[in-house]
Amino acid sequence: MQLELRGITKRFPGVVANDAVDLQVESGEVHGLLGENGAGKSTLMNILYGLYRADEGEILIDGEPLLLDDPGDAIDAGIGMVHQHFMLVPVFTVAENIVLGVEQTDRLGRLDRATASRRVAELAEESGLPVDPDALVEDLPVGVQQRVEILKALYRDARLLILDEPTAVLTPQEADDLFDAIRGFTAEGRSVIFISHKLREHREIADRISVLRRGRIVGTADPRTASEQELANLMVGRPVELTVERAPAEPKEVVLEVAGLQVADAVGTTVVHEVDLEVRAGEIMAVAGVEGNGQTPLVRAITGLQDIAGGSVSIAGRDVASRTRKEVLRDGIGHVPEDRNRDGLVAEFSVAENLILNLWDAEPFARRASLQFDEIRAHARKVVASYDIRTPSVDTPAGSLSGGNQQKLVVSREFDRPIDLLVASQPTRGVDVGSIEYIHNQLLVKRDEGTAVLLVSSELDEVLALADRIAVMFHGRIVGPFETPISKEAVGRMMAGADPDEVFEDHDPSNRPSSHGRSSDAAASGGPA
Amino acid sequence: MSDDPTRSGQQHEREEPDPAGAPDEPGSVATETHDEARAEIEAAKEREATAARLAQDATFTQRLVAALTGTGVIVTILAILSALLIGAFIIAFSEEAVRDALTYFFARPTDALRLGVDSVVAAYSALVQGALGGQSQLSETFVSATPLIMTGLAVAVPLRAGLFNIGAEGQFLAGGTVAGLIGFGLTGLPLAIHLPLAIAGGLLAGGLYGWIPGILKAKTGAHEVISTIMLNNIALLVTGYLISTTLFRRPDRSDPISKSVEESARFPRLIWWEPSLRVNWSLVMALALAVLVFWLMERSTHGFELNAVGLNPSAATSAGMNPARVVVTAFSVAGALAGAAGAATILGLQHRLTIGFAAGLGFDGITVALLGRGRIGGTVAAGILIGILKAGGRNMQAQTGTSLELALVIQALIIVFIAAPGLVRAIFRIKAEDLATGQVAKGWGS
Amino acid sequence: MSQATMTPAKRKRRERRFGVFSVLVVAVMLGVFATSARGEQATFVLNDARAQAIQLPALVVTVVPTVIVLSILVALIAVKQFTTGFGDRAVPMVGVVVLLFVIAFLTWAAAGDSLSVVGLLRGSLARATPIALGAMAGVLCERAGVINIAIEGQFLAGAFTAAVVASVASSPWVGLVGGIAAGVLIAFMLAGLSIRFQADQIVVGVVLIVFATGVTSFLSTQVLSGSPELNSPTRFSSLEIPFLVDIPLLGPVLFRHSLLVFGMIAAVIILQFGLFQTRWGLRLRSVGEHPKAADTVGINVLATRYRAVLLGGVLAGIGGSWWTLDAVGQFSREMTGGRGFIALAAMLVGRYTPVGGLAAALLFGFSDQLATSLQLLQVPVPSDLLLTAPFVVTIVVVGGLIGRLRPPAADGKPYTKE
Repeated sequence: MQLELRGITKRFPGVVANDAVDLQVESGEVHGLLGENGAGKSTLMNILYGLYRADEGEILIDGEPLLLDDPGDAIDAGIGMVHQHFMLVPVFTVAENIVLGVEQTDRLGRLDRATASRRVAELAEESGLPVDPDALVEDLPVGVQQRVEILKALYRDARLLILDEPTAVLTPQEADDLFDAIRGFTAEGRSVIFISHKLREHREIADRISVLRRGRIVGTADPRTASEQELANLMVGRPVELTVERAPAEPKEVVLEVAGLQVADAVGTTVVHEVDLEVRAGEIMAVAGVEGNGQTPLVRAITGLQDIAGGSVSIAGRDVASRTRKEVLRDGIGHVPEDRNRDGLVAEFSVAENLILNLWDAEPFARRASLQFDEIRAHARKVVASYDIRTPSVDTPAGSLSGGNQQKLVVSREFDRPIDLLVASQPTRGVDVGSIEYIHNQLLVKRDEGTAVLLVSSELDEVLALADRIAVMFHGRIVGPFETPISKEAVGRMMAGADPDEVFEDHDPSNRPSSHGRSSDAAASGGPA
Repeated sequence: MSDDPTRSGQQHEREEPDPAGAPDEPGSVATETHDEARAEIEAAKEREATAARLAQDATFTQRLVAALTGTGVIVTILAILSALLIGAFIIAFSEEAVRDALTYFFARPTDALRLGVDSVVAAYSALVQGALGGQSQLSETFVSATPLIMTGLAVAVPLRAGLFNIGAEGQFLAGGTVAGLIGFGLTGLPLAIHLPLAIAGGLLAGGLYGWIPGILKAKTGAHEVISTIMLNNIALLVTGYLISTTLFRRPDRSDPISKSVEESARFPRLIWWEPSLRVNWSLVMALALAVLVFWLMERSTHGFELNAVGLNPSAATSAGMNPARVVVTAFSVAGALAGAAGAATILGLQHRLTIGFAAGLGFDGITVALLGRGRIGGTVAAGILIGILKAGGRNMQAQTGTSLELALVIQALIIVFIAAPGLVRAIFRIKAEDLATGQVAKGWGS
Repeated sequence: MSQATMTPAKRKRRERRFGVFSVLVVAVMLGVFATSARGEQATFVLNDARAQAIQLPALVVTVVPTVIVLSILVALIAVKQFTTGFGDRAVPMVGVVVLLFVIAFLTWAAAGDSLSVVGLLRGSLARATPIALGAMAGVLCERAGVINIAIEGQFLAGAFTAAVVASVASSPWVGLVGGIAAGVLIAFMLAGLSIRFQADQIVVGVVLIVFATGVTSFLSTQVLSGSPELNSPTRFSSLEIPFLVDIPLLGPVLFRHSLLVFGMIAAVIILQFGLFQTRWGLRLRSVGEHPKAADTVGINVLATRYRAVLLGGVLAGIGGSWWTLDAVGQFSREMTGGRGFIALAAMLVGRYTPVGGLAAALLFGFSDQLATSLQLLQVPVPSDLLLTAPFVVTIVVVGGLIGRLRPPAADGKPYTKE
């Protein structure tokens, strides 16, 4: 199926999300759509899937204009979409999710569940995406849930598949499996639109790449000839430095010491197993890993947001478990949470109020129980100036700032007070390139001031660019840490669960895990463990 | 692709950035990229941001309330007007003469119209007259407003913490019952001891009854709307039972009515030289509580914490605040305020307990708080407004025979319009600039 | 379900809580029922007042030994609860304890007197009718993602309109149509305000209760009191199902009722089947769980929600009509007396299923009927306190003391496409 978009324009109040976008997808082609967060990729695809209506422009399929009022029309036209956030009902079975909307029933209107399960099983078999049709979706790991999403589109015989950031939730190995499946689809003559902000993936899978920037198509590239640097420049609109200048670290005493840590989730399943970790003053220790491998509970336990089920966490020699989150924060821990909108900001509060969100009842912002508004504003004016937060005033609600400035606000709140340990989770997620650079530099500044930094990130490039030592988290366990430099492939394989010994044996035997040497060293110099 | 993994970060340094590869728009470089992440925002978030930008010079309270109720002053006024307008139609149609005239409407339409307008004018002027027309009318208005201010605050405080307190009715009953028990159970005490003791009893009982849904929410996640609805019904039945026991019941009566509160536990009249005016010191208590609550909510660290928890509980937790404690505190304070209303009603006005003596005053608190848009000053003003409606409504019933329940209908309509600002805009065709929805509480799921 | 995800430690704690409850039950049984009976023997009448083909003899029991036997049974259950526990049958065992307690209570209450078991059970089913209908209205709305706490308002509107329409048309059938129309009207306001205007659904629910109370009370004083001919509806007569009604005990309890009671039972069965076995139900539930997922497969979310809420209005309207077309035969102000809240409670206790809602409604109908029966027996038990049972049970259930309540994921959240 051949698809053509002509002059698609979509405006939201105050923003032009898509500006006269032209795009052509040939039959049997994998068309990569590359762009930063917020470039308008999702909006464009939602228009193509009938979820939004374009203000201008038209969609043609095999030369015929197509009118899309709702996703039903798109499905009828043979378009299928795998959303970034899965469109699956957690309490339904796999088969129920797949047949939803195209159910087969008997004369009484009763669902034919047996046939549905059988057909789903067959389809799964054919397309090389194995699933159990009768499992509840909520019990499945994300990688399998994604398969269900793809099967849902195939079940409706989609000729054009839209995959919106499909690799964000996958390990590199799972991503490879996905790419194999994609090649299978195109071999059958299906077309695929592959959306990602990761350059490497485009070069690996796409036949052609269109780059979207600020709602406009700014270029089309051939993945075989274009370099990553060229693509990056095109995506951002100016020369980008893909790496960060940094001096070697000068690690000092151990600040964070995690020993045998176990964390359980709400229903009692252990999600963090026997983790040992040390972070020293003046170094950046990174925890790499695909999301959902226990990083979130690990960080929550370290920063006093979650009870621990076993082991110990101590910061500057003081035990975390026996203290409240408030005490932990006040004792000199900075925490940049992974989801700033959920955990970092009160959108309706002003910039000034957000800047004292974790010091709201401390001197000088409060005296006894009385808030000191003058102090709060004065503090905010100072921080806004020194961290380059772009805001009309300190009384502006934080929710109306751009994503990058919101993140700077969160970061500056943690950086501006004296801290011994900084825990930064996904500190550059959903942020524009300019702010990424700024935040990376600030992390290095903090390191060089002698703060211990624990960086948790699923962006391999970020980890490799910033970390002095890297640990990898997989299925709730930690391997490493390893000294940098270390090859990207090695980290990638360990993120997928490969045994470090194997990784280094068949790759680079000189770079052995250094964790044990480091710990004994630390025990000698870092006082009582 | 095979060389890719080994080309880790360090190697890129050596690649020269290729300016030719970047199709340049002059001036678009560094500064504009900062705003770039804004480009694609989901519509709901965009609307929030627009509403927030409009309010950017306001204090945090005002913005909070915009977020809580999503309505502006204009919408509030239009809501009241719309409700009165619909009320007018109900008055007109319930008038027998108008209905008769309607049967020959097409022959002589003016008859029906004239009669209709007459009946509406008569009813509403009786209402205004009855609420504001003189000394004793004003006194009655404030008598009606007194408990409403307190039950309104009892809804407003949890509302700011993101909680919906439907339980003011039950908390009112708990407070009034204990205040009454102390009021008639103890004898021989001087006013200076007996009255404060009875008030304290009411506050404490209401606070404890409010504490229950709070602790249930904090410990088990039980939705406060469900538990307060259930606790209201329990309070109604239990007080009904208590009044029939010998401890409470008046010995000379067989119907369920309690003994009378001792003179020493009654609120003195405020205007002592004019003994016919029922307005009493409980009004002063209500206003004093309002001032205290204002400080607590707008000026204190407790209010900051409570507002933060209400707007974003996970960010509040992350900042070291304690949502569970806030939930319990908010509900206990709310219960105490509703309990104070109950005490004021029993000690200041009714002087004895009867079945269901709260008579919907707790539910009225919901109207008052929403009408006051969750703000303390607004809630006080709304309490007085609904007080006017109630006091005036009684006069309307007496003068024109229009039943008092009309006030209830008008009240319901006012909140409908406040809760659904889109409806008001649709009626009056106002261009929606702050299209925030009327979302106040959250779904059942915690 | 929720049991499967509980840790063994939590199960143990929960079972121990149940054990404490059983011990309390034993204490009350022995401490109160066995010591303060007003007579030696209790008589349970098992026949209807009407002549029947087969007459059962009245069941006469001696109070104290009966109570003691029952308490021994509960004590044995308690022992097991404290030691090995009942595992997956922990919750049903609590039901058994409650049942034994109720039997002991009835024995004590009827001591020295006689109690009509048929009347008690028959009345319970009748009283459960509006509660179950209201609970189903709630199930429909909430399964589709709209919170409906306005059931009380729908009841009042339905009762009022059914009374007036049935009086004017002198037909309960036409009255029922009127009652349904009123229930649907309130449902339409709920749907419009919460779906179209995205008002807070809890606020809307509260408002609609106040509104319906206000309008029906207003019209009742303003109009009905002056024209009693508008408030004398013809009622549905009682129907007997031939043969089945002759079954001893069960016959009169189950098979001689008004049409509304039978209709309610049919509705529960159809709805239970519809929600969980049909395409309609799958789509309706998908809209309440994950509306965007439903939207992306071409299901019209808003229309599905409207239809569910309006159909709920039909059921609640029928529930309201029960008062004026079946039970009482005349409208009076606020006559539904909070049963709408009990229906809400039944929906929650029944965990958002029609059959569960019916079971809870029967329980609540029983406590309602029991309060009346006990007043007739002049038992020294405050009926007010007995009537708190549905509310206390609901708090216990919502508080997760028996297992976590899991509402539909998108319940109460408005859906916007753009």
